[in-house]
Amino acid sequence: MIGLEKRPTPSRAWSYATPFLAVALTVIAGGLMFAALGKDPVAAIRTIFYDPLFDPQFAAYSRPQLLVKAGPLILIATGLALGFRAGVWNIGAEGQYIIGALTGAAVGLALYPAETRAIFPLMVLAGALGGWVWAMIPAILKTRFNTNEILVSLLLVYVAENLLASMAVGRLRNPEGGGFPGSRNLSQWDAAKNPELVAGTGMHWGVVAAFIAVIFAYILLNRHLAGFHIKLAGQAPRAARFAGVNPARLVVFCLGMSGALAGLAGIFEVTGPAGQISIDFNVGYGFTAIIVAFLGRLHPVGIALAGLLMALTYIGGELASFMLGIPAAAIQAFQGMLLFFLLAVDVLTNYRIRLGHREVAR
Amino acid sequence: MSLLLDLHGLTKAYPGVVANDDVSFEIARGQVHALLGENGAGKSTLVKMIYGLVRPDAGRMILDGDAHAPDSPLAARDAGVAMVFQHFSLFDALDVAENIALGMSDPSPMRDLAQRIRTVSRDYGLPLDPGRIVGDLSAGERQRVEIVRCLLQSPRLLIMDEPTSVLTPQEVEILFATLRKLAAEGTAILYISHKLEEIRALCDAATILRLGRVVGRCDPRDASASELAEMMVGSALAAPARPAHEPGETVLEVTDLSLPPAHAFGTPLRGIGFTLSKGEVLGIGGVAGNGQDELLAALSGERLSPPGSVRMGGRDLSRLAPEARRKLGLLAAPEERLGHAAAPDMSLTENALLSGHIRKGLARRGFIDWSKARHFARDVIAAFDVRTPNESVAARALSGGNLQKFVIGREILQAPDILVVNQPTWGVDASAAAAIRQALLDLAQGGAAVIVISQDLDELMEISDRFAALNEGRLSAPVPAASLDVERIGLMLGGAHDLEVAHDTGDGAGIFERTKMKQAAR
Repeated sequence: MIGLEKRPTPSRAWSYATPFLAVALTVIAGGLMFAALGKDPVAAIRTIFYDPLFDPQFAAYSRPQLLVKAGPLILIATGLALGFRAGVWNIGAEGQYIIGALTGAAVGLALYPAETRAIFPLMVLAGALGGWVWAMIPAILKTRFNTNEILVSLLLVYVAENLLASMAVGRLRNPEGGGFPGSRNLSQWDAAKNPELVAGTGMHWGVVAAFIAVIFAYILLNRHLAGFHIKLAGQAPRAARFAGVNPARLVVFCLGMSGALAGLAGIFEVTGPAGQISIDFNVGYGFTAIIVAFLGRLHPVGIALAGLLMALTYIGGELASFMLGIPAAAIQAFQGMLLFFLLAVDVLTNYRIRLGHREVAR
Repeated sequence: MSLLLDLHGLTKAYPGVVANDDVSFEIARGQVHALLGENGAGKSTLVKMIYGLVRPDAGRMILDGDAHAPDSPLAARDAGVAMVFQHFSLFDALDVAENIALGMSDPSPMRDLAQRIRTVSRDYGLPLDPGRIVGDLSAGERQRVEIVRCLLQSPRLLIMDEPTSVLTPQEVEILFATLRKLAAEGTAILYISHKLEEIRALCDAATILRLGRVVGRCDPRDASASELAEMMVGSALAAPARPAHEPGETVLEVTDLSLPPAHAFGTPLRGIGFTLSKGEVLGIGGVAGNGQDELLAALSGERLSPPGSVRMGGRDLSRLAPEARRKLGLLAAPEERLGHAAAPDMSLTENALLSGHIRKGLARRGFIDWSKARHFARDVIAAFDVRTPNESVAARALSGGNLQKFVIGREILQAPDILVVNQPTWGVDASAAAAIRQALLDLAQGGAAVIVISQDLDELMEISDRFAALNEGRLSAPVPAASLDVERIGLMLGGAHDLEVAHDTGDGAGIFERTKMKQAAR
């Protein structure tokens, strides 16, 4: 009989090893799934993990995509992780991302076609503020009326999506666009564009912001009392109260932080890779970032790595469905497996497996 | 008396520790047999083997002539062994009969069960209404639910683990009368405790365990409490000492402190008022669940109270958060070590930071000075003899007593002006408890004011200058501790409790006798 025995102290070695074990298990289980779908598993795994970076034919296009996709994921996930550490569950980053893009773009478009350098920073600020405001709705409802922030933040995503659709065909529509939905192309307007900073790398201001956020979060969590209180509140809420943590203030801080970072991701996306507000502007970064946050063990550096890995599976997955005809649903299942295995093997950090008869500990 | 249970050579080892080493003793029918020992002596492991929760590595048990090797509590119950645990396993939201039915292997229909509960509870002097919701019961009544649940199975052996830790002296008397009646009917009782006076009043045989081995057997009625204590600890214990002193100026004034309950089964605080002066130890007694946690929370700042209700040296603290109160010198140590006073998965360094960063300057403009925090943790570990490999160990890896020493030490080393502690020695072994009490007395000696909230009356009598009782959220007026005897305290504590003593007075040793024995033992 297999039993689990709680470790006296969480294992450091396992907490570093479990992400790799989870990736390995995902490759095995995903390979089996691809085989069951009648595809060559080795080719599929290779197409997902190797070809986007090293294939002579595709790498030139797909390598910059890695940072383009990883940037928003890391930026959003870093903010979410702060909340998740504290037990504040913001599931609505997708909505905050949309609103950030909308407010930022709206501020910019209001000044069109001025050409001053102040416009882009102003848009960035407005984007962060928009995401922050959208996250304050669940925060205030939670602290005032004790509503569930998971539900409120999630439902606000659908509100934000409808707002996006209405803006794309309404107030923000390009007046010179011949009636098509979608705003002016911001990436073609010098004062507002978020360009590729180093040619061929995919690096834009959003990626820079993501890495600044990672460093900031690392310092906050490891060197600052606020970070200590965040961890304390997540692990032992009563002890946090005893230490003097104000739960309401913590909820506002965590939701505000993650909302602002998601809003930033939105504005950097709409001024850069996406270029314009369109009905289908959001592609699920806000939800995938939840996976990224957990895959990175809610640790800023882990999140940076996990964001890159997740971006790779996105790019590789597209490539695989294009090259090998693997259905998009199978790619999503593959990504889901990654989170599943990560959470499953996480148990090894706190427990050790014991073979033999199970007993009640003394 | 005929032999009921024969334990022979029981041994049980866990990685790194031998919990029971060649333990042998016998329990006769109708005997009240005490199992004595400090925390970690192996009492729990031993009874868990008898009750089928743990399997012995070696040795055998014979129950009434048959081999007894239960592989589950169910099998043990079928063999006639019942156990009342120290911590109740009851559902607050269900009524008494439903709770009892949940613990039975084949419960009878509810109506019959309620009738049986009434009969058994009447026969054994344990008044209990099957229809009441458990969340509304006092600790003593909850224990009755557990005992009645056992009695309905007509056990041959009843194991009781620290049953009196949550009872008032009067409730203890009711319990003892019930146990004596059971014993007279031939039920054997294995009674686990470290309260020596109780054992001397109740038990007719005792086995003493130390570090997993049997170190003594005696008839507790013939041994003195200090002899028993020495066998248990292995050396003589020094009672906390404290020179006489004059009361100083008033430092804390609590007036008309009322708070609604924090949750459905919480206790409201009702008009609590007292003053506390420099160098004084105020003991607050009471049965668990009468507002202890709430009082500590209101003093520490975890819950804010009406303006003016908590004043320190003329300054109103009632609306200040915990950190602001710490800055002013009011510190607290809550009862629940894991999860309240300390974060279980965090290291001792992090836990030192938890409440110590303000007074110890462990953070500068919010940035943590980890090396200073480590030093502070090391200081606590050294000054309070906390047994741990180092300060990076998670709090949950420490034994209860060691963590308690750490938690109390963390507050004391911050040199508080006022320290509030709740159950400072709960579940702590005798030598650690003595060290903690001495540290509290030394603190008061140095001029600080100390509030000790505790259920252990002996402890309160030992260290308090004044004593007050907390009962259903009301605090009695503090009186000098020297003027009190156990009976008076019992009445102060019992106040509004269900105190209908269902037994005739005069059966067995009464409270007076126990008081006298205590005086003789000193």
